[in-house]
Amino acid sequence: MSSPNRVAAAALATAAAGLLVGGIALAIFWAPEDADQGFSQKIFYIHVPVALTAYAFFGFGAWKALRLLSTRDSRYDLESYTAVHMGVIFGLLTLVTGSIWAKTSWGQWWSWGERQLVLFLVVFLFYSAYFMLRYSTDPGPRRERNSAVFALFGVALIPVSFLAVRIAGTILHPTVFTHDDGVAMPWEMFLAFCICLGGVLALAATFYRVELAGKRIDASLKELREQLA
Amino acid sequence: MSAYATDVATLARKDVLLELRSRDTLPAMLLFVVSALVVFHFALPADASDRAEIGLFWIALVFTALLGLTRAFAAEREQGLLDGLVLAPVDRSAIWAAKAISVVVFLALAEAVALPAYALFFQPVGWELVAAVVLADVGIASIGALLAAMAAASRSRELLLPLLFLPLAIPAVIGGVGASVAENPASFLGFLALYDAVFAILAWASFEYVVTE
Repeated sequence: MSSPNRVAAAALATAAAGLLVGGIALAIFWAPEDADQGFSQKIFYIHVPVALTAYAFFGFGAWKALRLLSTRDSRYDLESYTAVHMGVIFGLLTLVTGSIWAKTSWGQWWSWGERQLVLFLVVFLFYSAYFMLRYSTDPGPRRERNSAVFALFGVALIPVSFLAVRIAGTILHPTVFTHDDGVAMPWEMFLAFCICLGGVLALAATFYRVELAGKRIDASLKELREQLA
Repeated sequence: MSAYATDVATLARKDVLLELRSRDTLPAMLLFVVSALVVFHFALPADASDRAEIGLFWIALVFTALLGLTRAFAAEREQGLLDGLVLAPVDRSAIWAAKAISVVVFLALAEAVALPAYALFFQPVGWELVAAVVLADVGIASIGALLAAMAAASRSRELLLPLLFLPLAIPAVIGGVGASVAENPASFLGFLALYDAVFAILAWASFEYVVTE
């Protein structure tokens, strides 16, 4: 990494650490406890920001994919790939934290009635297939474009699956558990949540920069090796 | 007929004729869907509900479609036909449209056997099921024709296609099963039509990027 990049990454990492520590401290010690879930509801301050970050990454990856298709500049390929890579990691974290939350509040590790989590599983499976597509296609413009088209399909799949899980939830599965976060939240909770969201986003941006730099170094190393061979 | 429609019709006719002469895929699909239904009969406990049988029918349908899709670009790949098609003075999306149409034709033929077999083995077939199957065919073929072209460009074609296809088929299965078990099938059929429209437009617009070298 060049030095201005290094400064930016360090600043982002510091911001992420500060916001996350502050946000979690506020969430635990200051924000009021949830009336019926008690302390276990605190995982909300991590679970929801991580889920939103994963969606942000998928959206960002699709945007870079669109740029690749319109400009044919292969620089966007690595950027889109890194975004999807990070999105899958945050997606896995969302599934794990959601599962822990489900266990503490309903006594089950997995509930098909929890629509947001089911939607996430579909999206997670889809983006895991993105890696299979990438790994089994030879590097080159073909792979760049196929991956980009697949990443674009993802952002269409998210709203379509959202709708599907929603209408299925009304008939196929009993809707015993419903969360209505956001609107009815007291402002202390909402403030702590926003700080946590900012912290997770800053952390995600740091990861993205570091991972992108690593992938670029890998790619140029590979090129050098091929020239030597 | 516009030039575009003529191109699509010619290319689709080519695929159907090729299949009618070689008989590579269609007999396999027919045999597969009937065998799958028989296997599902034994997989269900004797007192299973009718609703479970509907779910199994949709699984059979999705896997039969997959079987057809893995072969969809076989001729293009083995004979190097795709290069010729891409060089031909036709819009690239016409290649996708023709492939999707031929996949719909093969799927419809497989279902013309599968639906009566399902009625015979399990339970009578209602109009909602037929409508849902027709709508799901369009979406499955639209997505499948694009993904099959993607998978054909990769090293592990037959392995890759189901992984790419199944997550995208989940909404179609939700809509299809919902149309048969819900009290008002209209909302699920409407959802299937929306699914078709979204993915058909997306696949039509992006196919060019998948086949261009």
